[in-house]
Amino acid sequence: MSSNFNTANSAGNGGLLARASRGIEDSIADLGSLSLEWVAGFGSIAIFFWRMLGWLFTRRPRMETLLPSFYQVGVLSLPVVALTGTFIGMVLAVQSYAQFRGLGLETRMGAVINMALFRELGPVLAATMLAGRVGSAMAAELGTMRVTEQIDALASMGSNPLHYLVVPRFLACLLLIPALTIMAVFMGVVGGFFYSTYFLDIDTFHYLDNSRKFVGAYDLFIGVFKSLFFGMTIAVLSCYRGFHCRPGAEGVGQAATAAFVHSFVAIIVLDLFLGILLDEIHQMIWPNAVSLL
Amino acid sequence: MTERSRLKRLAVAVSTQPPMENTAPNPLIDVRGLHVRFGKQQVLRDVSLQIPQGQTLVLIGESGCGKTVLLKSIIGLIYPTQGDIVFDGNSMSQLKDRELTQQRIRFGFVFQNAALFDSMTVAQNVAFPLKQHRQHSDAEIHEIVMGRLREVGLPDNVVRKKPAELSGGMRKRVGLARALALSPEVMLYDEPTTGLDPIMTDVINELIIRTRERYPVTSVVVTHDMRTVRRVADRVVMLYPLNRLTKTEPQVLYDNQAEHLEKHDDERVRQFVRGEAGARLQEMQRETYVE
Repeated sequence: MSSNFNTANSAGNGGLLARASRGIEDSIADLGSLSLEWVAGFGSIAIFFWRMLGWLFTRRPRMETLLPSFYQVGVLSLPVVALTGTFIGMVLAVQSYAQFRGLGLETRMGAVINMALFRELGPVLAATMLAGRVGSAMAAELGTMRVTEQIDALASMGSNPLHYLVVPRFLACLLLIPALTIMAVFMGVVGGFFYSTYFLDIDTFHYLDNSRKFVGAYDLFIGVFKSLFFGMTIAVLSCYRGFHCRPGAEGVGQAATAAFVHSFVAIIVLDLFLGILLDEIHQMIWPNAVSLL
Repeated sequence: MTERSRLKRLAVAVSTQPPMENTAPNPLIDVRGLHVRFGKQQVLRDVSLQIPQGQTLVLIGESGCGKTVLLKSIIGLIYPTQGDIVFDGNSMSQLKDRELTQQRIRFGFVFQNAALFDSMTVAQNVAFPLKQHRQHSDAEIHEIVMGRLREVGLPDNVVRKKPAELSGGMRKRVGLARALALSPEVMLYDEPTTGLDPIMTDVINELIIRTRERYPVTSVVVTHDMRTVRRVADRVVMLYPLNRLTKTEPQVLYDNQAEHLEKHDDERVRQFVRGEAGARLQEMQRETYVE
């Protein structure tokens, strides 16, 4: 009886071990397959981008394809970017007031709000709005064209879909996102100033003087420079998602969602690395730059 | 003698002869050992066809047997996994983007659901290839567009309409007018009569015949519709789904004139032509049960 029990017990342990090792193997295999998918996905996006660049530099896009994209990306995005920029400036004033008041540095709020807007919030906000408003729409539009064979029809008539559909959208995002960023920054600065001076009763002269002292052309350059990368990323990822849309209404919906989510993640990751790079450059050029405190 | 009547006489002359050789001395389109695979799913396996200039070849077969894939491979919209398509001496898979674009202008493609650009009007759709590839004035383009639309029997008042405002038959005819805009050498039709009523089906069949009589085009028509096969085909090729074949069986079950279809030795060809399911439903239920 005892011997039987031991045998059963050891067999049970063996089975458990085998199951555990199979589980680990499966997990490693899943991880490997996921990594392969990621690498293949990056490769596919890189090839898509490279081929699009080939068309961009070798054949000028037609005005009739450029203007609607510019209108969609620039003109129609402007109001929402301006509105959100204004409120972000005011929110920054609300949130930082208590902290700065405790230190008796309320007048320095202008420097903090404006620097945050110039360097980070302006470009990220404009890019997020663009990804949400334009990126998803581009993915859905191109996805629908893919599903209904309109992209195949375009190719069958001797037009390259990358040249006809992607290049104008890419140029519109690349060239107009700096303008949207500047608008977001400007409205944020106005919103922050208005709230600080009108509602929080901060001295106008010192608020502006501190802003002028600590925020300069390089900060604006940082915002605009970052925005160019954000614009490119949004256009490429959104168009890629649309071009590789799965069939059916569900596929189009997934493409639109993926375009926004992937663009947003890429914006945040790029923001970090570009921020580090541009700060290093700033340190190299102006090692003794003034600090806020 | 028109090309159409010449081919009809040829067809009558050979109808009593043994099956057609599927090789031609100088084929315009030469499909060589084509394999197409999407991920793990193989759709075409070692398909070879030679299509001479001026012939109207009709591709038939069950849904999912790879007819549309073959049609899209011919124009380079799908790249083969193995094998090649040679069009007028050019290997389609070897061409660069720009060269492929130049070759595609020589084709007209009528899509299953017309694939009209929904952001454009009917006139803009038909004018699209002309604006992209010809240096015509706006007036000349308008004239060509109106001419093409009249050829397919569409009234002048449709030019300003959007595709969403048209019926299925009208959309197909606009798709045909657009495909004809550049006077192509080859017309590819992907299920041109699917989803249409019998009258409109006959109208489309008539348009395919008229197009061939008016222009010296080579045509490949993908269809399930046996009326279309009987009316327009000079030659019929039947493909069979790979999942219903053994590994050694050829995917092309039939390659001959339409007249021989119903008397063919292969039961699967006769079943398709007559539209008889046989024991297919039971097989499907058994497969579902096993799965």
